[in-house]
Amino acid sequence: MRQQMGLLFDVTLCVGCGSCYEACKKQNRLPETNKDFLKDHLSNDTYTVVEQYKDNFARKMCMHCGEPTCVSVCPVGAFEKTELGPVLYDADKCIGCRYCMQACPYSIPRYEWSSTSPSVRKCNLCYERLKEGKINACAEACPTGATQAGEMNKLIDEAKRRLKEKPDKYYPEIYGLKEAGGGNVLVISPVPFDQLGYNTNVPKQPMPGFTMQAMEKIPSVVSVGGIFLTGMYWLTKRKNEIAREERINMRGEKNENE
Amino acid sequence: MKTNNLFRLSFWKSVSAIVIIVGLYSIISRFALGLGWTTNLSDLVPWGLWIGFDFIGVGLAAAGFTIAATAHIFNAHKYHSIVRPAILTAYIGYIIVILLLIIDLGKPRNFWHPLVMWNPHSVMFEITWCVICYSTILTLEFAPIILEKFNLKAPIELLRKISITVIICGVLFSTLHQSSFGSLYLIAPTKVYPLWYSSYLPVHFFISCIAAGLSMIIFEAYLCARAFRQGLKVWVLSGLGKVILTVLSIELIFKFSDLLLSGKFSYLFLPIQETYFFWLEIIIGSIIPIAILSIPGYINDRKWLYFSSIFTISGFVLNRMNVSITSLVRTSGQNYTPSFYEISITLLLVVLGMWAFRLITKNFKVFETSFGQNSEAVETADLKQRELIFGK
Repeated sequence: MRQQMGLLFDVTLCVGCGSCYEACKKQNRLPETNKDFLKDHLSNDTYTVVEQYKDNFARKMCMHCGEPTCVSVCPVGAFEKTELGPVLYDADKCIGCRYCMQACPYSIPRYEWSSTSPSVRKCNLCYERLKEGKINACAEACPTGATQAGEMNKLIDEAKRRLKEKPDKYYPEIYGLKEAGGGNVLVISPVPFDQLGYNTNVPKQPMPGFTMQAMEKIPSVVSVGGIFLTGMYWLTKRKNEIAREERINMRGEKNENE
Repeated sequence: MKTNNLFRLSFWKSVSAIVIIVGLYSIISRFALGLGWTTNLSDLVPWGLWIGFDFIGVGLAAAGFTIAATAHIFNAHKYHSIVRPAILTAYIGYIIVILLLIIDLGKPRNFWHPLVMWNPHSVMFEITWCVICYSTILTLEFAPIILEKFNLKAPIELLRKISITVIICGVLFSTLHQSSFGSLYLIAPTKVYPLWYSSYLPVHFFISCIAAGLSMIIFEAYLCARAFRQGLKVWVLSGLGKVILTVLSIELIFKFSDLLLSGKFSYLFLPIQETYFFWLEIIIGSIIPIAILSIPGYINDRKWLYFSSIFTISGFVLNRMNVSITSLVRTSGQNYTPSFYEISITLLLVVLGMWAFRLITKNFKVFETSFGQNSEAVETADLKQRELIFGK
């Protein structure tokens, strides 16, 4: 099995040039949505954005979770976590329930609201390019190396090395490493992540577990419930029969006495 | 008196006609223009009024399985007379919900996909299958009412033979279905406001639907008695009242112990919108009906039972709307108010449901008692029958 691929985004290196934004639009053939890329937001035609927070720039995109919420919640399995790392969506399977959008801890999936047969849209981590052995379009376009593509274990080591070598320059955590159990997009930054608009409330464990604690009880509910109901049916039926017999007997005795 | 009735009837007929015409226009618009044009849903508020209404429709259908179980599995003959209204309510509720789900889906032509594309990890998958299976069961449970009208004895006999199995399956699917609506939100612990998020959400959904479903029967019985002198005996209704009182009390205690034990006491008194909506739900849906039903004598009074059922149902509606809309406003950062199209389509389905209930109860034998001119005779005969079954 090939090593999973991912992205490391280093806020300290980002100059906010928007090359990644443009490259993404070009790669996915997305129309222009805003003259000023810094004012744009994620939409069905924008898979990644660069946001400005004072002197820092932050990229937002699908985090390609290791155990993705969208994969677990989709009733028809329209999402798939590929071996290479990207989380992909299949519009032909989708029924449009939008549970993926409701459930995603990062609120990333976007919808083609103006279409009469809308699909979910989000970053696909350049799956087609990765398959061909190329690196992600955004990473290729980045002039400063702020967005770096590579194998996941190497990216994690690299991120840790940077935090260790320059502890005064970095906030000592890697965003995306533990969030929702960890994914294939990592962020390191000079300031705490909530100051850059990243959701820091995301639980540090794989999300599907939250549902599984309820779903795994279904077999016992069904079997115990089934046995209980069948049992109660026989019991109460028998009880009523006995009661009726007793009443008839009593009436019989009465008649005899008379 | 008669002209008054006639006027009232034509008033409701014209209101219904307007709702139906506007609703049909909205449905056509929704399919012609798409969800973006016709709803106020957005990327950050992907679910709105319709999802909340699905919870309500299914919740109010809960009498279908509770009463069927009480009468046929626990063999409490007292409740035989409400099995049919309960099943009819459930059947209509489920049909409305299925229609609304299809309208709500982004790709309605793919609605059959869950039949062949499986993801058993998904709560939505579980829900889809519960809807399919329980609707089938309701069809089997409801069929005799239609069949007997046309005197088709063979299929009735067949259905009677499998009825207990069918009812048991119905109870199981309903239990899963009611609770799985709560499970939907388990995956979003950081999005749902703490007053409503709980790892026991499925259990809360299950318990609360029982009180609401039974209240629905009282509500309908009262209206039907007024409209065409059909209805239920008061000792059956007060029996329901006792169950509702018990269930509401259990849920109230359970809800507050859950909140306190998970350390959410402070959320109860924050001066913000969520807190107000939470207390509104608790006061209307729990405290007032519990108070009414606890006053001695009120539980045996049709009118008070009816009032308490209105409060229970309203509180239930508020609860489901709070979970599906209010609880998510803060984290989505967007306010959501349903659009004209969303509201009119919902109203259309409510009105169609009400007319379906009316037409079916009028033309088929749903309510056993008809208070005709000889209503007293019927009541006495019924009392005798009751003595025969239960003893004096």
